[in-house]
Amino acid sequence: MTPMRIKRFQSEWPEIGYSKLQACCLVALRLLIGWHFLYEGLVKVMHPRWTSLGYLMDSQGWFAPLFHSMASRPNTLAAVNFLNEWGLVLIGLSLILGCLTRAGCVGGMLLLLFYYLSHPPFIGSENLFILPREGAYLWIDRNVIEIAALALLYVFPTSNVFGLDGYILRFLKSKSFKSSSHVGRK
Amino acid sequence: MSEGNNNEKQEKPVSPERRNVIKKLVSIPVLGAMTYGVYKKVQYDRARRNLGDMFGLDSAELPPVMSVKPGGKTIRLGIIGYGIRGKQLLQAAGFVEPALIDAWKEAAQINSIDTRYRDYMEQESLNVEVTGVCDIFDTYAEAAVLAGANIHREGANGKFGTPPKRYRYYKDMLAAADIDAVIIATPDHWHGTIAIDAARAGKHIYLEKPMSWTVPETYMIRDAVKQSGVVFQFGHQGRQTDSYLNAKQIIEKNILGPVSLIEVCTNRNDPNGAWVYPIHEAASPETIDWKQFEGNKDRIKEYLDYMQSHGLMRYVGPEPRDRFDLKRFFRWRCWWDYSTGLSGDLLTHEYDAVNQIMNIGIPYSATSSGGVYFFKDGRTVPDVLQTSFEFPDKNLTLLYSATLASERWRGKVFMGHDASMELSSSLVVKVDPRSTRYAPQIEQGIIKPDTPLITYVPGQEELDAVSSATAQYFAQRGLLYAYVNGKRYDTTYLHIREWVECIRNGGTPSCHIDAAFEEAITAHMGTRAYLEARTMYWDKDREEIV
Repeated sequence: MTPMRIKRFQSEWPEIGYSKLQACCLVALRLLIGWHFLYEGLVKVMHPRWTSLGYLMDSQGWFAPLFHSMASRPNTLAAVNFLNEWGLVLIGLSLILGCLTRAGCVGGMLLLLFYYLSHPPFIGSENLFILPREGAYLWIDRNVIEIAALALLYVFPTSNVFGLDGYILRFLKSKSFKSSSHVGRK
Repeated sequence: MSEGNNNEKQEKPVSPERRNVIKKLVSIPVLGAMTYGVYKKVQYDRARRNLGDMFGLDSAELPPVMSVKPGGKTIRLGIIGYGIRGKQLLQAAGFVEPALIDAWKEAAQINSIDTRYRDYMEQESLNVEVTGVCDIFDTYAEAAVLAGANIHREGANGKFGTPPKRYRYYKDMLAAADIDAVIIATPDHWHGTIAIDAARAGKHIYLEKPMSWTVPETYMIRDAVKQSGVVFQFGHQGRQTDSYLNAKQIIEKNILGPVSLIEVCTNRNDPNGAWVYPIHEAASPETIDWKQFEGNKDRIKEYLDYMQSHGLMRYVGPEPRDRFDLKRFFRWRCWWDYSTGLSGDLLTHEYDAVNQIMNIGIPYSATSSGGVYFFKDGRTVPDVLQTSFEFPDKNLTLLYSATLASERWRGKVFMGHDASMELSSSLVVKVDPRSTRYAPQIEQGIIKPDTPLITYVPGQEELDAVSSATAQYFAQRGLLYAYVNGKRYDTTYLHIREWVECIRNGGTPSCHIDAAFEEAITAHMGTRAYLEARTMYWDKDREEIV
């Protein structure tokens, strides 16, 4: 990269307050996590018989009774399945489109927290789970790292500029302006 | 909103706004890529799903589940034998001792995963009542009375119904007018005698496996049941397992190609699994009717005649039959004097599963080997047993392999030329790399050999050719629940329910007398092959083991 280009890249995008490089990295991170959520959700939605039963029954650790009880009642299990499938899809869309992104981040963190608590990576846990784990973890696993990444996206938002949140914000502002002016007239 | 937007548009120069819009729509290519990827994935799944269509898999062909029809007549039950299995059967019929309910409640409070109490309370009522109980051990009989009276499923402080009558002799119970049907869960050496008497008394019968202890009584039971016309259910509750019903469909569709070898196993590794049960502290010559425990004279004669005439007296005893012995009373399965060993106790479950799925019937021959290799506690029945059954008319061998001293898991495996099927509570079909039938699909890459092609996990509505990786993994490991239409059920409950509904509404239970006869003869062939150390044959025309 030429010095000229680096300079251009480091220059600020005034409307967002980050350098171009920072903004690119943040947007890329948002899209990648969004992709991960959306595809995980779509695969489950497209598979008519997908169920979280096995995953829930495979839970270990302090919160295992909670997850087992979710799995043991057909109605609760159906609700958990629905919320998980469509939660993943909506969170994925929210992150990719930059639409209600902060809500998407919080929702994503919550889902990931559930996954983490259901399959906590404590010492020896690799021997307890029936489902194979694809890596070696001690206390910190991919779920925690993705939670941290979503927290980062929450505090460094990009969707006002790179996403639809700008429009939503403007719409809400115009609404609140209208209603406040209405109140004022009253 | 449109007004506000228009205002802003007018305030800002056109070109930065256009740039802003482009920035805002940064996600479009990402969504485009996702759409393309999902489209490809759907195409891939469709190709796999077409495989399912090619096989003609269809869940609609599964037999409908028999549910309890409301408004029917209440069936009055008697139970004969309230030991370990008797308790389980009465529980499945809806009756549990109050003390056990209290224990379940307490366990659920300590550990919320323990759902025994909840499962039991949710178990649908079968519209039956217990009017008689019979056990030769006082403690068990009294417990059975308490269970039978516990019609509201309550703990020790609950309200109870009229207690059932305790009978000391099963014949008195069979003579009672207020008994419609009996559950027989005694030791093996009493099964046949009681079943014959029950059929002659016109009582419907739920008989625990194995059907018979001696060979001669096997024919008599079949005749008595057929002549009486009572509703007979035989205690292989595996008949209710979803995965077996699906396996039957796979065999009928000939997805596996010619099956030349079926391997079934028993793998246990604890004293309880090896029949070394605890001895009850209240047991004594005063509380146990040893005379009755010894057995029916005719049966004992049949047993001894066979053992004597074949030079097998080393397997009889060694303790005298009339000497009170707590070990022999509680651990009777360890002695030929009362038991049918691995063959009658555990092979029968495996055989019946295969017979249910493939209708293999009685084998042409049986060869056995094994010994007492681990539990050297004075038992006469082997703790390791291998039996191979030949079915030349079906071009297949059924191999049973059992040890009571290792729990290394081996499922039922049906080995076909085109594909193999591994079966437990779940089911996995894998195509053979050398399959003739699927060679074109293997070559085209549509079928990947040795990976799960068709799977079934409990709770799934139908067989599946497009399982997720997680589902496939669970299918291979097997989850230990039986499901019907996605709801978790105890298979013993389903088996009893089927029997009760057939009594009430007509019909033949799934494990009928002919299936029981085939099971018993097959098990006897395996046992005799072990005892006599030679191959036993079935003379089809004369219906004799030779």
